[in-house]
Amino acid sequence: MDPENQSEIKRLVDEHGAENLVVVLGAADPEALEVAAETVTEGDPAYVGPLAGVQLGLPVVHIFEMKGEVDPAVYEAEVGFLELTLDPDAVRETMSRLRDSGGGG
Amino acid sequence: MEVRGKKAIALGERDSVPGEAIAQCLTSAGAEVVMIRTECFV
Repeated sequence: MDPENQSEIKRLVDEHGAENLVVVLGAADPEALEVAAETVTEGDPAYVGPLAGVQLGLPVVHIFEMKGEVDPAVYEAEVGFLELTLDPDAVRETMSRLRDSGGGG
Repeated sequence: MEVRGKKAIALGERDSVPGEAIAQCLTSAGAEVVMIRTECFV
């Protein structure tokens, strides 16, 4: 993850507290999801950014997993088409696996 | 996951769902979006 984004996330945790924050991802690639989820839970896996060795333990979900919480019209307009072109089942499986392994949520 | 009343970080991806789209969804779900980014994973 971009070091600048890591720095901003760290600042938000300091400001609001990890218990009040949730990270919502939009990537579809399993590796991208793994890197993002690990960065905000266990720390930067590349050990180069501000979150290297910093275990924030933030809850992580994917926007595809939020379908039931979002206004249906907004979801359809913003994500509906993308969901058709990507593989939401694979994304949900990846997110579930990451949470089971402690890498998010 | 219930996000109503929570502060949310929208981390989108250029080739998938961008941050702005995530933020719109989260706002409609009652979250306060405090950070929006669209990364490029290569």
